[in-house]
Amino acid sequence: MKAAAFDYVRAESLAETLRILAERGEGARLIAGGQSLAPALNLRLAAPDLLVDIGALTQLRYIEPAGEALRIGALTRHVDIARSEWIARHCPLLTRAIAEVAHPAIRNRGTLGGSLAQADPAAELPACMMALDAVIVATGAGGERRIAAWDFFLGVYETALRADEVLTAVEIDGLDAERAYGFAELSRRRGDFAIVGLALAARRRAGGLAEMRLVYFGVSDRPTAAPGAAAALARRDIEAARAALAAELDPFADAQASSAMRLHLAGVLLERAFAQALEAAT
Amino acid sequence: MRVRMIVNGEPVTAEAAPRQHLADFLRETLGLTGTHIGCEHGVCGACCVRLDGAVVRGCLTYAVQADGARVETIEGISDSGEIADLQAAFTERNALQCGYCTPGMLLSAQELLSEIAAPDRETIRNHLSGNYCRCTGYHAIIDAVEATARARAEAKR
Amino acid sequence: MSQPPLSPLDRPNSYIGRALPRPNLARLLQGRGQYVSDISLPRMVHVAYLRSPYAHARIVSIDAAAARAQPGVVAVVTGAELAKVCTPWVGVLSHMKSLKSAPQHAVAVERACWVGEAVAAVVAASRAEAEDAAALVDVTYEELFVVADMQAALAPGAPAIHPELGDNLAFERRIEAGEVDAAFASADAVAETEFVFGRHTGVTLEARSIVADWNAGEARLTVYQGTQAPHMMQNLIAKHLGLAEAQVRIVCKDVGGSFGVKVHVYADDMATAALAKMLRRPVKYIADRVESFLTDIHARDHRCKGRVAVAKDGSILAFEIDDVTSVGPYSVYPRTSAIEANQVIGLIGGPYATPNYRGRTRVAFTNRNVMSQYRGVGHPIACSITEGLVDLAARKIGMDPIEIRRRNLIADDAYPTQSATGMKFEALSHHAAHDKLLSMLDYPALRAEQARLRAVGVYRGIGFASFIEVTNPSAAFYGVGGARISSQDGAAVRLDAAGGLVCQTSVTEQGQGTEAMVAQIVASAVGAPLDKVRIVLGDTDNTPYGGGTWASRATGIGGEAAWRAGVALRENILKVAGIILQADPATLDIADGAVIDAGKRPRVGLDEIARIVYFRPDTLPADLQPELIATRHYAPKAYPFAFTNGVQASWLEVDARTGFIKLLDHWVVEDCGTIINSQLVDEQIRGGVAQGLGAALLEKCLYDERAQMLNANMADYLVPMAGDIPDIHVGHVVTPTAESNLGAKGAGEAGAAGAAASVANAVNDALSPFGVTISEIPLTPEIVLRALGVV
Repeated sequence: MKAAAFDYVRAESLAETLRILAERGEGARLIAGGQSLAPALNLRLAAPDLLVDIGALTQLRYIEPAGEALRIGALTRHVDIARSEWIARHCPLLTRAIAEVAHPAIRNRGTLGGSLAQADPAAELPACMMALDAVIVATGAGGERRIAAWDFFLGVYETALRADEVLTAVEIDGLDAERAYGFAELSRRRGDFAIVGLALAARRRAGGLAEMRLVYFGVSDRPTAAPGAAAALARRDIEAARAALAAELDPFADAQASSAMRLHLAGVLLERAFAQALEAAT
Repeated sequence: MRVRMIVNGEPVTAEAAPRQHLADFLRETLGLTGTHIGCEHGVCGACCVRLDGAVVRGCLTYAVQADGARVETIEGISDSGEIADLQAAFTERNALQCGYCTPGMLLSAQELLSEIAAPDRETIRNHLSGNYCRCTGYHAIIDAVEATARARAEAKR
Repeated sequence: MSQPPLSPLDRPNSYIGRALPRPNLARLLQGRGQYVSDISLPRMVHVAYLRSPYAHARIVSIDAAAARAQPGVVAVVTGAELAKVCTPWVGVLSHMKSLKSAPQHAVAVERACWVGEAVAAVVAASRAEAEDAAALVDVTYEELFVVADMQAALAPGAPAIHPELGDNLAFERRIEAGEVDAAFASADAVAETEFVFGRHTGVTLEARSIVADWNAGEARLTVYQGTQAPHMMQNLIAKHLGLAEAQVRIVCKDVGGSFGVKVHVYADDMATAALAKMLRRPVKYIADRVESFLTDIHARDHRCKGRVAVAKDGSILAFEIDDVTSVGPYSVYPRTSAIEANQVIGLIGGPYATPNYRGRTRVAFTNRNVMSQYRGVGHPIACSITEGLVDLAARKIGMDPIEIRRRNLIADDAYPTQSATGMKFEALSHHAAHDKLLSMLDYPALRAEQARLRAVGVYRGIGFASFIEVTNPSAAFYGVGGARISSQDGAAVRLDAAGGLVCQTSVTEQGQGTEAMVAQIVASAVGAPLDKVRIVLGDTDNTPYGGGTWASRATGIGGEAAWRAGVALRENILKVAGIILQADPATLDIADGAVIDAGKRPRVGLDEIARIVYFRPDTLPADLQPELIATRHYAPKAYPFAFTNGVQASWLEVDARTGFIKLLDHWVVEDCGTIINSQLVDEQIRGGVAQGLGAALLEKCLYDERAQMLNANMADYLVPMAGDIPDIHVGHVVTPTAESNLGAKGAGEAGAAGAAASVANAVNDALSPFGVTISEIPLTPEIVLRALGVV
């Protein structure tokens, strides 16, 4: 299938990008890596009037550690994250999750900003950002706006980003030596979207884990936290954690799995991710 | 729109409608038909090309996005001799049957071997999991890539 | 003691049996192949088909005015308009007595009968512009009832998709052999289950592609198409476009995978040829991936009740099956949509000596996509059912699965014989194949590992599948039914002026290695070096008449013709050489491109023979008219099929908590008779296995109750990728067929025949501590967890 016709402009600056978005409104779509948008265009599931290519805004492609904080530019490609030694040492949740994102050719081109703005409910990175308590930086005509990842993902392909804003960076803090992570995902084949996935972040405390964040992906229309299950896990009560999941998750059903199946798998992933985090903590 | 790019080392100037993806541009405008189309959803990997040195899906990049870029296709990396040993291993091992997935498979394999000197079979399988082959069942491809990796490591010693 | 004479195959520098690299790979490795989609001709235009979004609807009106006005549009053609250029067809064969079907048009006229059936053709300067215009064609539909699946199709009172046919039963066949009821009554144990198979499809990486070029000045149509059977297409395109066969030329260059998908006649392809004639210019149609899922033939959509009767000593007393399958609204042309079911019913129990069998199969028309032969055809289903029942019987009486097979497989010295269903076997090697398999895998060690891991909650299983596979079919397959599908093939081998060999062959190449196989045979038959042999194929203007490549026949039939032609050419060459050397031709031979004498000394090169014959016939005797070209054809006669046999084994692990299955290892032992090039054979087997593994775990066309295909794209229809398949170990037993000089049977489909069955048996073996048996594929995680009662 060939895409429907569209106009194209390659933005030379962020200011130009914002001006075009303001002028063209709904008919304009941003394209960065294009790994989510291009399939939709080729299948004629999307038909914008104008594609605004921000791929040349190389100033938005960076990984900047600063002590225990990390700032990643929105145009950073998945492969850049995969190759970052700093991230592998200080934020291995991301390194682990990126390895599950599609395939090398997609990772060479897809961007962090693109993945977060796309907000596919089965994607890894949105859930990781929530588990990391990340802050998403959106830039509009009025300047920067900081949105907690927890408030960013609103539904299927729906985020808190306004039509005239560009997602420009992600900020993560608290990446100290006490952090422990777990990550588990089940997909039919390597690189497929998850049937269910779990990003777990916690902090080592007194021989155990505290400040646990459990964020599931692939279960609902957006990444879904399970705070009750997290609290039970922090107490090392796996049974209570699994029981809490039943109350906190209302998984959808599709061709891959029924709701009951997703819930069951969520429980299995809970155990596996927890075991990883414990092992990392010891 | 007018696009300019360096394709297989040669400067190219041509017209491309914004909606024309890079794979179609290479095939139809430049006559470089070695890059194949298998799905246009970005899933099968038949359309893989190198864009500024990285393997990408040719169907998920529009030609206009590649304006100013360096593009290498299977024809280019064949003629340069860069993958001669990999191609020889594929021949020896019959790691291709119909040949349709082969250009994308070779590009992906070459990228793996450039990043990891001695990948084990599982690593090779993982890396090539984005390149669909219906003919071979993959075993022979893994053999050929593994053999090439070993030979390159030997040559380095 | 004198040495036995060399057999025809033990020739000096014979290439028979040598695993050489294929000679034609460089262009494919460099991206310099020529697939149909690579072809561009002057004034060529592109067609996009507007397709019905409904599974069953009357086409009330088509308003193409806006579409015709779009930039780049050359024509918008409706089914009614195209019907004036292309006549409809009916996919039946006279020897399948109960088979019925209705006429199908190249583009639907009046009524669309499945989602994806073309209702209009939009021709434009580019595919993108054709699609733009197609979006503006205004079609008014009146939705009709939908026959969504096989149960709905055959339910009493179900509306008939084609009222003139009476009902939706396209084909029914019953077989009864021996004393079935007595066998069940006297059995020590009876087991039964219902087998469910997921409908699936071939997913050739190169989609269906065709460029049809009508040259009005020559009144000739040249069709570039990735078809497996060019002469068949020549005949049918001529027939339906009102042309003489001589006016149609089919050219096949490189083909990106076929597997049976590209042996059938597709409405879209016929429409494209008709458009070329109508518009008097080349028309190109390349199916996109969504169209491929919606319109490439589907296969294997079966529900089959199966029963097995067994005695406590392990003797299998009887098999009984009742099978139903769904096809589309039309039986596919010309090979029908009933062959798969017809094979299923005839192949059940094939490897075994069990004399008692009752089977029924029914083929139901539905408003799903059309269905026809796909690699293995009925074998994967028949094998899964048979081998599943054998394992069920073994579990019932507490017998090891290898042992029950040993007790029931036809003895290796029992041939010739036939199955309970009347399948004639010349010589098979089931027991030798099992011996070979057990030498390749350490069965006791696997069982020990299974036991050890079970104790810690890790569930591994090993499963077996014995199988038989039809190859080298005679006219019994299609010809007797009135189809002009050739069951013979021909090869013309000539010595060219520089002393090289050129062989024109009617079998075709889609990656299996046909060119290499024919070249090795010809080089061996004549005595020339392999690098001096050039093969011409895939062109009805330039090859002998033949059947093409399908049903695992290219080596056994096309290869045999090439052998005979090569032998005949060698005789002709030696006749000339005898004159030149003043020697008795019976004392001469050819090796390494030169005529050698009784002492094996090279005396005159083939290039010299050629020079003399072509340029200096004045130096040869007046009554000698040398023929440095020989053509031979070959058709199998003695047996309707050359059956092959083999056995597969799968070793895997089931995660009982998630239902996910990891394939750890896979083995195949195959007996395809004489092997020309083991690397070609082994790789065909691996590819077939991969398709069977996909069937076992991943592949299924999902339909809803309105017969809408839900996963018609590459992301949602799951095909096996490199990370999903284990290494595949291949071994061989060799039982040549006595029917031909080469003794070669076929091998292309064997991998697909038994892979899914072995996986299903392995999964049940892994889960046997839970006392569950699953007889549905694909074995999705949800199916596994439901069987375990976890979900």
